[in-house]
Amino acid sequence: MRVGVVQFPGSCDDRDAAWAVRVLGAEPVVLWHGDAWLAGVDAVVLPGGFSYGDYLRSGALARFSPVMGSVGAFARRGGPVLGVCNGFQVLCEAGLLPGALTRNAGLRFVARDQSVRVEARCVWTAGIRPGTVLALPVKHGDGRYVHPEPDALATGGQVLARYCDPDGVVGTAGNPNGSVAAIAGVTNAAGNVAGLMPHPEHAVDPLLGSTDGRLLLGAVLAAVAA
Amino acid sequence: MTAPAAAPHGPALAGELGLTADEYERIVGTLGRAPSTAELATYSVMWSEHCSYKSSKRYLARLPTRGPHILVGPGENAGVVDVGGGTAVTFKIESHNHPSFVEPFQGAATGVGGIIRDILAMGARPVALLDPLRFGDPGDPRTRRLVDGVVRGIGHYGNSVGVATVGGELAFDASYGGNPLVNVLCLGVLPRTRLQLARAERAGDVAVLVGQRTGRDGIGGASVLASAEFGDAAADASKRPNVQVGDPFAGKSLIECCLQLYAEDLLSGIQDMGAAGIVCSTAEMASRAGLGMTVDLDAVPLREASMDAWEILCSESQERMLALVARDGVPRVLQVCARWGVDATPIGEVTDGGRLVFRYRGRVVHDVPAASLADGAPSCDRHVVDWVHPAAGQDAEAVPPPADVRAAALAVLSSPNVASARWVWEQYDSLVGHGTVVGPGGDAAVLRLADGLSHGEGGQAGEFRGVAVSTDGNGRWCALDPREGTKLAVAEAARNVACAGAAPVAATNCLNFGSPERPPVMGQFRDAVEGLAVACEALGTPVTGGNVSFYNQTGHTAVQPTPVVGVLGVVDDVRACPGPAFVAPGDALLMVGAPTRPGLGGSEYLQRVHGRVAGRPPRIDLDEERRLHGLLCAAAAGGVLRSAHDVAVGGLLATVVESCLPRELGARLVPEDGVAVHQWLFGESPTRVVCSAAPDAVPVLSALCDGHGVFHRRLGIVTAMPRVEAGGSLTLGLDEAGHAHRSGLSEALELT
Repeated sequence: MRVGVVQFPGSCDDRDAAWAVRVLGAEPVVLWHGDAWLAGVDAVVLPGGFSYGDYLRSGALARFSPVMGSVGAFARRGGPVLGVCNGFQVLCEAGLLPGALTRNAGLRFVARDQSVRVEARCVWTAGIRPGTVLALPVKHGDGRYVHPEPDALATGGQVLARYCDPDGVVGTAGNPNGSVAAIAGVTNAAGNVAGLMPHPEHAVDPLLGSTDGRLLLGAVLAAVAA
Repeated sequence: MTAPAAAPHGPALAGELGLTADEYERIVGTLGRAPSTAELATYSVMWSEHCSYKSSKRYLARLPTRGPHILVGPGENAGVVDVGGGTAVTFKIESHNHPSFVEPFQGAATGVGGIIRDILAMGARPVALLDPLRFGDPGDPRTRRLVDGVVRGIGHYGNSVGVATVGGELAFDASYGGNPLVNVLCLGVLPRTRLQLARAERAGDVAVLVGQRTGRDGIGGASVLASAEFGDAAADASKRPNVQVGDPFAGKSLIECCLQLYAEDLLSGIQDMGAAGIVCSTAEMASRAGLGMTVDLDAVPLREASMDAWEILCSESQERMLALVARDGVPRVLQVCARWGVDATPIGEVTDGGRLVFRYRGRVVHDVPAASLADGAPSCDRHVVDWVHPAAGQDAEAVPPPADVRAAALAVLSSPNVASARWVWEQYDSLVGHGTVVGPGGDAAVLRLADGLSHGEGGQAGEFRGVAVSTDGNGRWCALDPREGTKLAVAEAARNVACAGAAPVAATNCLNFGSPERPPVMGQFRDAVEGLAVACEALGTPVTGGNVSFYNQTGHTAVQPTPVVGVLGVVDDVRACPGPAFVAPGDALLMVGAPTRPGLGGSEYLQRVHGRVAGRPPRIDLDEERRLHGLLCAAAAGGVLRSAHDVAVGGLLATVVESCLPRELGARLVPEDGVAVHQWLFGESPTRVVCSAAPDAVPVLSALCDGHGVFHRRLGIVTAMPRVEAGGSLTLGLDEAGHAHRSGLSEALELT
């Protein structure tokens, strides 16, 4: 089981994502942004950070990198792709996920432990019952998800997770960035491409806090291995 | 070779650049001729207070710098400490006080970027930042603007550059109103074998400028901003163009690029370009090796083609390093830099003979002995008078107990100097790098060094070796008694590290003072350095490096003398580190270290409740303190402690409330015989740690204390009921205490 972790210039959580993949028993493969070759990996993670400095717009430049052409083709073939934080922004900019991510409602960077309710099953949430509340850290300045028809998105099973309070109640109090319908993550229609603002790769080691990220990352490993 | 042309009106220009008449004469004597414009500019920045430490170095020589763990002491970009297992840690504090007042966002941002590159230059991956901050009266709208800008600036750079911000300090006093203190500590990790030094190795090596283009930003920052007092507002506004502008993306690319250069062992030396840019890095690297350098300024990539030689030499454009490379290694260095999108340009070479020569547009514009720039600044024998605080003679311990203990308790808990700084650290990424075991909000940050990946920058997966780091300073205590106040700052930083179960092994410092041209300020400085030396010797934490920031002064108002001390501790297994939070109801509470002693002088209580800064700081017994650290490390390693949290600003009550809050537990405290209630709850006497332990572990802990010769007494019990009961004098619900503690900062700053 080999999981590619894309390294853009300005990626910050690439080492964390690769480490989390290893913690979960798979082999991380660093994919360089300038190479179009995906090294035959079974899944791809686009990590957090500030790719290309996030100049112009978050993720706007990264989508033009050679690796993203290959990631797009891999996704269209049904390959599992997860974008976390900046990776989510890149996937939206690349048109692989619906919607867009804009400046946080509070106009400040937000870093905190966050409760997130899983809403739909996809390859990245295969082992998690919808309604499960996960504790995952968020840390971002541009995390406010926008989409013209969030209800239609939910009906189509494309809302992966929503921000909530620790009891699973979705409301403004638990929403760190003003995302529409408190959406924390979405998938494409096929369910193989997912984007999340919270960081599952920072929640895999009990020494460092929550281990709920294992459920998300572990699901895809199990699915691909099967 | 023709000598550089003399500057027109040399003596007058020297004066404008801040050089004294004596210094000008010394330059003429050194060169045997009148200096050129470029030479005057480079001497003025290199001999500025900021770069030359001319007022402070005679005192700093007193500091202990050697110890069993110290690999590199002061004099390099940062000190390096051996933490075992083939791994080394480098750490240092720097200030960016003046730029942060002039332009808080970019000033703070470039402060972060600058110290990160100092750490990077040692061969380390920068992994953690701590930000000790001081601001003026929180009710002043100007303070709110500064706090907001500085916090945003730190977040902007630190978050984007991928280095976790794991701690710091936040304190307020009116004396910082015109001179906020923005200090930044950065810590990096490296394999011992990868240590890089900022010195030339051999003539013929090529000097490669790595990083951003050189522009007019930050020209004269070292001399104009950091080496003069602030005056009237209009003149200060005109200094704005002197503040550098940071680009964290360029900084991040530079980090990864340099780490690859180190991994391939391509460099013979490297130094960050900080204050005084090209001239500082070339002069220092050459003179440390007794060599020289010849540099062709026409090769330096510029943002503006019209720049004069002196501007290129003194520019403080950010995200630049000077790398020295053996000639046959240059093509590979350029290749690695290109891969990371980092500009790299050979600009000169190392030479025998010790001359620092710059050519520009076909002429030699600068030709001086490198050592005269780097080490030749005349030591400045400042006039010193003893500093005596006007209220230091008052008996602060004589204040009567408060009529309303609850009101006093809430006033102390909600003080912006005591209250939670969560609003600040929720704007920082404290997680990146997957090493943050304890982040902001604890006594010390605790980092696991193992990387788990094969990059080789930390240990191996499955290792649990770690470090703890804390910064501390108490301007109020240092104002009342600089010597004792500084000893207390060292002790508290070391105690915080020990509370996490780590053995304190090294210190760094940032000495923030007013103008050295004022004799009482020099008196404060002399005494503070003496206190620093005494405490670092006694506690086994040699000083590995640091920074002096003078001229934190506006008119007649100097900042409180504020030495900020960072202490590094080493721990074999981070899984054993106790946190500050109480864990389980029924656990026993013990006061460990020292009994409550008179400690209201300079306390938060005295200022918050009585509006006074008066008396003497509490006395500290450094032997007693060191025994406490040994005990804490042994108790943590033995798994005896459930929690440990020291008594600091605000006193015992604040400590207990902070330990109760995370798990919403309570505490029942047994009063101390013969100690007045305000002394007991709010006194800040040092060497005290509130420990909790499972009931059956108490005898073990007691025996350990006895074995280490450490005072301990039963303090009470952790309760399930979320309230703090302090004998008959106070019962405080945790919701009430928690509200005061949580909202104190935002209410003081009127944040929305």
